[in-house]
Amino acid sequence: MAEAGEKSSEMEWCFSQVKGAIDDEVAEADLISAVEFNYTGELLATGDKGGRIVIFQQNPENKSQPQCHAEYNVYSTFQSHEPEFDYLKSLEIEEKINKIRWLPKKNAAHFLLSTNDKTIKLWKISERNKRPEGYNLRNGPYKDFTSIASLQVPVFKPMDLMVEASPRRVFANAHKYHINSISVNSDNETYLSADDLRINLWHLEITGQSFNIVDIKPANMEDLTEVITAAEFHPNQCHTLVYGSSKGIIRLCDMRAAALCDKHAKIFEEPEDRNSRSFFSEIISSISDVKFSHSGRYMMTRDYLSVKIWDINMGTRPIETFQVNEYLRSNLCSLYDNDCIFDKFECCWSGNDRVVMTGSYNNFFRMFDRGFRRDVTLEASRENCKPQSVLKPCKVSIGLEISIDSVDCNKKILHTAWHPLDNIIAVATTNNLFIFQDKLK
Amino acid sequence: MFPKGTKRKFTDGEEAAPGEAPGPTARALSSAYSLQRQSLLDMSLIKLQLCHMLVEPNLCRSVLIANTVRQIQEEMTQDGTWHIMTQALSQCPSDRLVASEVLCRQDPAMLSPKPVPSALERSLQEEGYQEEVVMEEDGPAAPGPPLDGAAYLGPFSSSWDEEEEAEEEEDSEESVSEPEEEPRTEQVFGTFEIKQPPADPALEELFSDVDPSYYDLDTVLMQSPKMGPYDLLESLSHSPALGSTNSCRSDLNELDHIMEIIVGS
Repeated sequence: MAEAGEKSSEMEWCFSQVKGAIDDEVAEADLISAVEFNYTGELLATGDKGGRIVIFQQNPENKSQPQCHAEYNVYSTFQSHEPEFDYLKSLEIEEKINKIRWLPKKNAAHFLLSTNDKTIKLWKISERNKRPEGYNLRNGPYKDFTSIASLQVPVFKPMDLMVEASPRRVFANAHKYHINSISVNSDNETYLSADDLRINLWHLEITGQSFNIVDIKPANMEDLTEVITAAEFHPNQCHTLVYGSSKGIIRLCDMRAAALCDKHAKIFEEPEDRNSRSFFSEIISSISDVKFSHSGRYMMTRDYLSVKIWDINMGTRPIETFQVNEYLRSNLCSLYDNDCIFDKFECCWSGNDRVVMTGSYNNFFRMFDRGFRRDVTLEASRENCKPQSVLKPCKVSIGLEISIDSVDCNKKILHTAWHPLDNIIAVATTNNLFIFQDKLK
Repeated sequence: MFPKGTKRKFTDGEEAAPGEAPGPTARALSSAYSLQRQSLLDMSLIKLQLCHMLVEPNLCRSVLIANTVRQIQEEMTQDGTWHIMTQALSQCPSDRLVASEVLCRQDPAMLSPKPVPSALERSLQEEGYQEEVVMEEDGPAAPGPPLDGAAYLGPFSSSWDEEEEAEEEEDSEESVSEPEEEPRTEQVFGTFEIKQPPADPALEELFSDVDPSYYDLDTVLMQSPKMGPYDLLESLSHSPALGSTNSCRSDLNELDHIMEIIVGS
């Protein structure tokens, strides 16, 4: 609820920047597949279908100026994953980056985990802005040491900033199915990786083995009816993790209870609304993303048509439900036909957990203010690209039946991210990254 | 393609309060609903087939589609229409376009004049998807496994277990056969037809609204048996819209003719 003394002003979002190619011809490899701010918000990483990662850095000179504090420039670009060929199964392993997760900063370098369908990599991104000069024997033509009359101590001289990304660990061969999630534990030593049927626990230092902590593979694969779709560690409790399934069920596991957490400690499932039951009910209930709030008290889940906020102490029903695009409900058959019903939208919390955001079709993205019970629909398009121009909320008529022809399923916003400390958001359309900031800040 | 804005309602017969919408049986007789349901079933099965033609099927998507098929099948079993459909399939083998069966079976000797239910049964016995073609012999297929939902999805489900099956010893012999053939020629759902209008007028009505764009799928699939999976997807995306059904149907007639020759009926 709104706190006493707080301004009841709405956030107004201004366009700040857009990254990516302008032309309509979208190269397949440029499709953005992951967006993630680091813990301070200073760095913003994006992954694409071609296996590349581009890291943007907030311009430090302008951080104090409110108008331009959302200026991000390219910091580093590197090829994280390459396409591989599994000779045993004669299958190609896509290099598409499925998820990026930053590690909390421990020293001068930045670390992030990136994953494709099968392999997770730990990358170290470090800066080099000085180099030693003045060696006695090196630097220049080899000197005959007998000709040296005096010795000098090499000194560091400034050089142009060089940002290097190097793979420090490769965590491979632990997943038979496609990895859909990675999550760093609050203990800063371990992380989980989840595929369709299993969740593994890794130590960041050890690449040779991982522990399997959840396994929902049935003894007989013919009995398979449910898969894992998303998983995350609790932000504060290092023994707690949650995972969502294709049946719309979220399970919370406590690693203290047993080595194998097949038996959940808590289950979150909303009873089905019999009135709106259809053949598509299960598909649209499939959890596409699960995110804990920064406080750890709440959990947000995204399914095809809605965003639900759960109190982790209550599993019977969500405490809040926001309809993202209810107008799609009458078009589910067409969306099933063109496969868009299987699109996996992500969601994110604002830094203070008061607002949640998620994407939709037609390059719309939606924000739901939990405190003021308001929601807004905005569009990320190059037409609204004047610097500092305020985004006008889009009016989407609810109640009127919207025909499937007006839903542009090729313009979808699957990935969004919110700066952890500030009102700056990154919204990824197919191949462009939009950065918006709150005008009032 | 499908009536827009139509939601399929599912109400449990026992829970329906008096005076409410008619129970499942009465509703099932509504031809519009059962047409839609049948279309959904066709669509789902095509998706599942296409799944297997992709490089590595998305397991989540496959599971969701399979569950949808199961739901439809359960409801149709409750209504009694499942039985009608499978009976109808057995009645007119020569009219039937067993499109995917022709595609999937590279060995013409495999095609048999058996009526469709046993062909379905045969597919139930078969191995799932592997990178090599698995050609199950007719011998071990016993007639009469029940056509219930789980069995229907059996070979498909086992296909998810690709790597583990490859590791198991007893499967290794079967997977060795014909390694040089295209990976798309698996048997799963191989006998589920896309029907031409059948001779029986009642059934003709039942299937009259099947979307002809599925025939486009067949045309594309038939044109170039040596296409790789990505070629297939590409040609599907370029495939002609509903307007070219005539050419498709003539191709289908040709195929039917070939089938008749092979089957020797």
